[in-house]
Amino acid sequence: MLRLSRLTKAILIAIVGFLLIFMYTPLFVLILNSFNESQISGWPIESFSTKWWVFAKDYQPIRDALLNSVLVATGAMIIASILGTLFAFAMKGFDFFGKSTVNILIVLPIALPGIVSGVAFSNTYSNFLSPAGINLGFFGMIVAHATFCIVMVFNNVFARLRRMNPSLQEASADLGAGLWQTFRLVTFPQFRTSFAAGALLAFALSFDEVVVTIFTAPPGVDTLPLWILKEVGRPNQASVVNVVATVVILLSLIPVYVSQRLARAQEEER
Amino acid sequence: MTQMTQVVAKKQSKPISSYLLRRTKVRLLSILAPPMTWIVGVYIVSLFLLLITAFWNVDPFTSLVSPGFNLENFKMVLTVPAYIATSIRTLLIALAVTAICIFFAVPLGIYMAKIAKPWVRNLLAVAITLPLWAGYLVKIIAMRLVFTEEGFFNWAMAPFGIRGPGFSIPIVILTLTYLWFPYMALPVYTAIRQIPPNLFDASSDMGAKGFTTIYRVVFPLITPAVIAGSVFTFSLSLGDYLAARFTGGATQMIGSIIAQNINLNPPVAAAYSMIPIFFIVIYLMVARRTGSLERM
Repeated sequence: MLRLSRLTKAILIAIVGFLLIFMYTPLFVLILNSFNESQISGWPIESFSTKWWVFAKDYQPIRDALLNSVLVATGAMIIASILGTLFAFAMKGFDFFGKSTVNILIVLPIALPGIVSGVAFSNTYSNFLSPAGINLGFFGMIVAHATFCIVMVFNNVFARLRRMNPSLQEASADLGAGLWQTFRLVTFPQFRTSFAAGALLAFALSFDEVVVTIFTAPPGVDTLPLWILKEVGRPNQASVVNVVATVVILLSLIPVYVSQRLARAQEEER
Repeated sequence: MTQMTQVVAKKQSKPISSYLLRRTKVRLLSILAPPMTWIVGVYIVSLFLLLITAFWNVDPFTSLVSPGFNLENFKMVLTVPAYIATSIRTLLIALAVTAICIFFAVPLGIYMAKIAKPWVRNLLAVAITLPLWAGYLVKIIAMRLVFTEEGFFNWAMAPFGIRGPGFSIPIVILTLTYLWFPYMALPVYTAIRQIPPNLFDASSDMGAKGFTTIYRVVFPLITPAVIAGSVFTFSLSLGDYLAARFTGGATQMIGSIIAQNINLNPPVAAAYSMIPIFFIVIYLMVARRTGSLERM
């Protein structure tokens, strides 16, 4: 046991308490401000009302932005799930020249700052593809998101594959199953929870992404973070932004909950 | 007999599978080709084109880029005082964020792993992880609400006669710390949990007090985790510019300047993008020499 004096313990508890206050005060101030009756956020809140929630519910730009966010995140998730899984299989099952380079390539899109990736994509789209007559538009945003989401699926699936027993696949092949049949009936059921967890992380990452989106979104198209960004750009924070932000906080509880469930399912699988 | 022929027939009916099973290289190629084509074709090519663009010219009147080869953009980025100041400022901000994250992550980790009761520990683990998911922009605008002139901080501190500094570099550092703290806290906590308890017993048997034990036993053992966490806090802070835009007042970071130039003068934006890449590569090389990256 680590024995610490009472004073040291008190200091530690004080630091932890301070950290919790530091981490949660801003979120509470934000959530409470979503019920601020005044149009402009502030503190202390003079009077509370749900009017901005009612307003946000039927406000078309918010609905459009939410739909765009879901579309982009879904597209990025699907592409990243396929590519990330393929990467995981290649890195697990084979030894080849340049393997460590491939590893770096997978991590690179998330390791480099978003601004660099965003500028790189934007530069390619507007200074190279556009002059050549190719306009990716909405799809360009999905391409960029998918690229940095690959690593999420890869990490999860790869970690699971490493613990898997390869003889099951061999047995399946010996019994006459084709590669696809083995994958479908033997391999996939073994890593599907990790696959789902990775896909979920990819979705969440894309849904939350701002910087790369700023540089790759076609004109006039807003995702939810982009909409928030535009509204906050004005001098004072409008209370309706806090409603949307509160919804984002609430939505973020879904992946936390699901990933906990998936982690438990993974424990049971073992 | 009929069963036998059936089996044989079935086996022969999978020519692709049998072919692929025998040829590892073809199999590897067919698995690796699609994702590699994507990463290289989409991302690496884009980065390469960015590097090329950094040597191009821009028409000052139409803002159209034209191919060429000049080193003016790089020269500008490396000699104009405002650009140099911004690079240094960003570097210092990223280092400050990293230092603050370490300063708080270590006591938190020690408390969680070695002192707190199990239920407190689990609660804290969730409490630390939750804000990680709460949305990047959400956290920035939440900080903005707290530290604005008529905000929560000034209201709460008014009885003590304290006023916040307003949107400025200290608040940017605080916001970035808020954003990236979990990336430091979680690996440090995991590392402290993995320290076997008998090391503490041995240390105290040999007469070390709690503080000495933390300094001489805990610190060396968690250094790799601290470095791994610092890679995140450092590089994420280095590339950020929205925290500066919304909580920094007039504070500019490397990202701010890149973002301003991407439409007006793409070659300068491209050249300036190489600065954060350079800083991060240096940081990674230093971190690698300590041998802590293998554990990431």
